[in-house]
Amino acid sequence: MSENHSMNVAYIARLASLELSDQEKELFQAQLDQVLAYVDQLNEVDLSENICQLNRGLSLSELRDDVAKESISHEDVIQNAPASADGCIRVPKIIDQ
Amino acid sequence: MKSLHTQTIEELRSSLSEGASSSVELVEQLFDVIEQDAGRVGAYISLNREQIHREALQADEQRAQHGSNSLLGIPISIKDLINVKGNPCTCSSEILKGYISPYDATVITKLREAGAVMFGRVNMDEFAMGSSTENAALGTTSNPWHLDHVPGGSSGGSAASVAADHAIASLGSDTGGSIRQPAAFCGCVGLKPTYGRVSRYGLTAFASSLDQIGPITKTVRDAALLLEVISGFDPKDATSLDAPVPDYSAGLDQSKSLKGMKLGLPREYFMNGIDPEVEQAVRAAVGKCRSLGAEIVDVSLPHTNYAISVYYIIATAEASANLARFDGIRYGLREEGANPAELYAKTRAAGLGPEAKRRIILGTYVLSSGYYDAYYKRAQQVQELIKEDFKKVFKKCDALLAPVTPTPAYRRGEKTHDPLKMYLDDILTTSVNLAGNCALSVPCGFSEAGLPIGLQVIGDHLREQTILDIAYQYEQNTDWHLRKPESSHE
Repeated sequence: MSENHSMNVAYIARLASLELSDQEKELFQAQLDQVLAYVDQLNEVDLSENICQLNRGLSLSELRDDVAKESISHEDVIQNAPASADGCIRVPKIIDQ
Repeated sequence: MKSLHTQTIEELRSSLSEGASSSVELVEQLFDVIEQDAGRVGAYISLNREQIHREALQADEQRAQHGSNSLLGIPISIKDLINVKGNPCTCSSEILKGYISPYDATVITKLREAGAVMFGRVNMDEFAMGSSTENAALGTTSNPWHLDHVPGGSSGGSAASVAADHAIASLGSDTGGSIRQPAAFCGCVGLKPTYGRVSRYGLTAFASSLDQIGPITKTVRDAALLLEVISGFDPKDATSLDAPVPDYSAGLDQSKSLKGMKLGLPREYFMNGIDPEVEQAVRAAVGKCRSLGAEIVDVSLPHTNYAISVYYIIATAEASANLARFDGIRYGLREEGANPAELYAKTRAAGLGPEAKRRIILGTYVLSSGYYDAYYKRAQQVQELIKEDFKKVFKKCDALLAPVTPTPAYRRGEKTHDPLKMYLDDILTTSVNLAGNCALSVPCGFSEAGLPIGLQVIGDHLREQTILDIAYQYEQNTDWHLRKPESSHE
């Protein structure tokens, strides 16, 4: 774990698509460094015994058949979109010419 | 006769079926007391009177035609992160302003089949992130026992609505204690089911591997009545358990005792930091269980001290992924930007509160390149040790008894500036979520200041009947659950 209990909050916020004010950056930096210092206690735990074989996730045999079923209507979806046009969700231009 | 709005589900089932009262009368009484409260308890975010009235009327009509569904005409308040078709579902966040649920969550479908009336949407910490309902963008909720104290969280509106008799019962959700802790703070019964017992389809996800929907009620029997309705396999939730649902309420029998039950006291749950009044009340409750015939044994859950660290790594990691969907494209708030990346960042900056931002950042960090093994993977490994601890004790015990919270409810604003301090208060509840067990809180006393204290009963996977039985025997032999707040002392 990080020894100085510090993360680059501004960089991580960019990864998370979060714009932060300078004040937020400073506040979160201090608060989250404190949290990271606390969770460093997990380094004390002896994990040498091989009892921690993680078996997570679903195996392919557990997946249900891919059957099409009735779902939410197009209308209901568009009704929730903050901006729409011609039955489509409107977004800023994604590809430059 | 008691006013309708102060009755339990059990009592209302007979008063409504006798025909002396109607569901319409009941919801109108509730509207009146909520109006008189004028936001002092402030449990509700939204209350669609017209819709509630219509549903109550339908229930009365069904009853006239001899309908006898188990919750026919009973109003249930719903935490504002469970989708109810045609209603807003704000999760107490600005980012979901304007969103209208296009479908019913499975628990709502089940409540409707049982005849319940969806009665209003109750306040919570934003996206269920918090323990005091102070991280709420759309209003303040107070503890009905002391209005300057917090109701707990994140299901604070659920617990406050039930404790203040502003709802008959409520649905909350519990990711790290969010049903049990507010139930304890407000003097209600709150039950977190085994992971997978209740479908999560339609529950806005915070930490998907830990979240469970459950009841907050006035009595243990009401919790059983609600739980047997909402439980069961759901093909729409891949983590839903395909196990039969017992008739929990029929299993509760006053003539039974706790004879033959072996109840464990995990010593780590009575360590430093527990308020003496809480410890005293819980130990007295343990004594009561012993006098009712239970054998009490000391047990150890040695990795309890690591639960907070494991929880805040795993829960925030999952939250950072789950909350990525709130990007201003498909629903809710949008802040325009020159390109999609700018739009996402600006929308999330404007729409999410500080605690949600903190947890997204922490979760993104523990999953980021170079830190994944050190934080996330290690936390998962320690989680396995926590699960092993529970497996071992449940080989020798039927259930565990413990406090729910280290202290009774505290004053508003006391902990909001110190997130770590707030996180540490979850020490007695998070392990149960990490291990996937079931647990409930039942009232077991009051502090000198008149604030409720909860006894936690923890059960092994799918042993809801056992913890309900224990809590029921305890409740029927005490009278804590009969006390009501005056909602007047500040």
